[in-house]
Amino acid sequence: MKSDAVVVGAGLSGLVAALRLAEGGLKTTLVAQGVGSTHLSPASIDVLGYTPELVESPAGALPAFRTEHPEHPYACLSLELIEESVAWFRERTEILGYTGSLEENLLVPTAAGVPAPTAIVPASMAAGDLRSGGHFAFVGLRAMKSFHPAYLAENLVQAKLPSGAAVEARAVLVSDPGVEPDVGALDYARAFEDPAFRRAVASELKVHLQPGESVGFPAVLGLDRHAEVRRELEDALERPVFEVPGLPPSVPGIRLFRALRAAFRRAGGRWVMGAMVVGASTSDGSVTSLSVRAAASRTSAYEGRWFVLATGGFASGALHLDSYGEVRETVFGLPVWGVPPVEEPRFLPGVFDDHPMAKAGLAVDERLRPLGPDGAAAFDNLFAAGAVLAGAEPWRERSGNGLALATGFAAASHILEDAS
Amino acid sequence: MQTVETGLAELVRGSLDHCVKCTICETFCPVSNVTPLFPGPKYAGPQAERFRTADATFDASLDYCSGCGICTTVCPQGVKIAEINAKARARMKAERGIPLRDRIIARSSLMGKIGTPVAPLGNWFLQNRAFRALLEGVLRIHRAAPMPRFAGRTFQAWARRHPAPASATRAVVYFHGCSTNYYEPRLGEMTVAVLEHNGFRVLVPRGQDCCGLPLQSNGLMDDARRYVRRLASTLAPYARRGYDIVATSTSCGLMLKREAIEMLDLEDDEDLRVVSSHVYDICEYLVWLHERGELRTDFRPLPITVPYHAPCQQAGHWMGKPALDLFALIPELTVEESDADCCGIAGTYGLKAEKYDSAMAVGARLFDQVRAAGSELASCDSETCRWQIEKATGVPSVHPIEVLYRAYGLSG
Repeated sequence: MKSDAVVVGAGLSGLVAALRLAEGGLKTTLVAQGVGSTHLSPASIDVLGYTPELVESPAGALPAFRTEHPEHPYACLSLELIEESVAWFRERTEILGYTGSLEENLLVPTAAGVPAPTAIVPASMAAGDLRSGGHFAFVGLRAMKSFHPAYLAENLVQAKLPSGAAVEARAVLVSDPGVEPDVGALDYARAFEDPAFRRAVASELKVHLQPGESVGFPAVLGLDRHAEVRRELEDALERPVFEVPGLPPSVPGIRLFRALRAAFRRAGGRWVMGAMVVGASTSDGSVTSLSVRAAASRTSAYEGRWFVLATGGFASGALHLDSYGEVRETVFGLPVWGVPPVEEPRFLPGVFDDHPMAKAGLAVDERLRPLGPDGAAAFDNLFAAGAVLAGAEPWRERSGNGLALATGFAAASHILEDAS
Repeated sequence: MQTVETGLAELVRGSLDHCVKCTICETFCPVSNVTPLFPGPKYAGPQAERFRTADATFDASLDYCSGCGICTTVCPQGVKIAEINAKARARMKAERGIPLRDRIIARSSLMGKIGTPVAPLGNWFLQNRAFRALLEGVLRIHRAAPMPRFAGRTFQAWARRHPAPASATRAVVYFHGCSTNYYEPRLGEMTVAVLEHNGFRVLVPRGQDCCGLPLQSNGLMDDARRYVRRLASTLAPYARRGYDIVATSTSCGLMLKREAIEMLDLEDDEDLRVVSSHVYDICEYLVWLHERGELRTDFRPLPITVPYHAPCQQAGHWMGKPALDLFALIPELTVEESDADCCGIAGTYGLKAEKYDSAMAVGARLFDQVRAAGSELASCDSETCRWQIEKATGVPSVHPIEVLYRAYGLSG
């Protein structure tokens, strides 16, 4: 298959890079072994949440953060470019109504009752902003085993907010008529698309609410009709309603995935799902094609002028640590940066310890091209984005989706510069 | 008795250990998204498989899996969910007995052989309401489910009489499948015309019979093996001589590409291996030709709007939607790509009375999109999906090859 640009990976960074390339007029193919991170993570765009101190303004904290962490992917990106990526993203996802900015982080509750710093959130989460405190009721749906509003509320009232404001929170259980026991987020999301179901929930809930309380639901308020679902609940309950993201599958993430995939298709992008990239052909310092496992007993060559590696980290198989302690990048065999020698400790006993391996990934040049063994760009037309990059600890920094968005956007921008 | 699995079979089953319970497959499952009768691919697959033994499969809800294969395609960890479920379903049906109905509808070439000489009568019966009510009562084949019409002639007979063009500069083998042979011989004729227009001599090996897919999806694994081995032995001599093999039936092509190897444990079949490495979906093949500058692009303007649905079985080819690339070559043609994953029929699934409602609910999104397009024509690569779309929407549905055929201005 021939394309101008081939993007490997369908997580947020791959989706963003592919959409930007297709919109930029390049014939773009996105190829992925499977669906990526969108379905597993809250759809908020966390740019920088902890340094490790709580970040109140990503725009304010980023310059110093980049200076202190020259190996961090953010060090390859200008603040203007990060801002541009956020503005671009908000336009492409208009249907989800993202709000917020890099100037000031919002604080939105997690399902565990932690006020989490994040730069922009879909409209469905906006009313959960805790920065100035407030009164909140969190709704428990009895058959939903992955969301525990009492746990959430009890943790949240103990949280210390930078503003010093107080949060009052409590749990309210509803019996959710007509839903079978042991159902997941997606079943509820579909149930809420049924007007009769949400009316029944609202009428049961309404009598339990106190004046001034905003209402937090688990993030299951509809799929394609989410705006209508939330508006109707707000009208019926006569107060702000918001979603709290929880365990996978992430319904807000599915909405985000669908919005970006639809935009990519509209832009004429080619979408190949299920196909694993198993190798590459290179010539004179350039990648000429990717070798993709076809369903038949053969591989197919995906030729292109530019390639974006958005394959993720260890969890998605982009990086592999074998039983001999060798670490490799699985498509090109690129050197993995940040791996301690085999005789030194790589992992510490505690799950949340500072593991020496935590920042492993691909090192890149200022144009996000992965470095080869000699420290120069391995190939002039290969770019990397997202979780495959070295130097970040997104789960500590609360930077995962921000990094995915900014590096996916930046990789595509560099390619579009080359193409013009 | 515990069977020892080795080789590919073990890799397929062993892939369940890669499941991280991320639930991505469940969010894409067309069936569990519309009915609680099927608990979803993760539950029925990597989870339930841990409790199954060679003798006991326990959970009958697996029967409601339609076998569309989307779960395997979207799994980011490479778990062979659909393959695990197909094999477990076969074991379950072996334990519990396979209904006569499933034994009948799984034999598409036998039906074709019986129906072809008596086509007018057969078609009359299959469209007759009283007969369909009887069929539903006796065999549990839903009265409203789509049924193909016997053509009354076979593509094989046409191909035998069809003279090879004198101008051909290259040759390709055509695997037409049962539906083209007995129900849609015109599709075969148009495929030959499109290929000949591009300078091919089209070889149609005689004695092509069923690929075994409907047998496999109904749990008749031994019969399926027999059929697919026979088909592979018919096609293998051509593959060994280096001929490419093109298929117009999406699901039967996929059977030859990988499903027979993975689901029927036929990795040791040399014929199947060589055939697998030479089989192409027809649109995949034409795109490949185009990218090498070898496809004629003398298309006439076709000023119509066509809603296009890529069947779920096509997703299993891991090749995207090549028909869209071909449509893009046709001047003035407007294509509305459906974003629905499945039409619901899944081969023989939607024919079954107890599954009909689920199948129609699965297809509802697609049917709405086809109707909303307000077009005289829809397009879809897979035959059973075309029959399902036509029956549900009343919009005639054609293989992408027919669109190309029209745009080339071919006749005959």
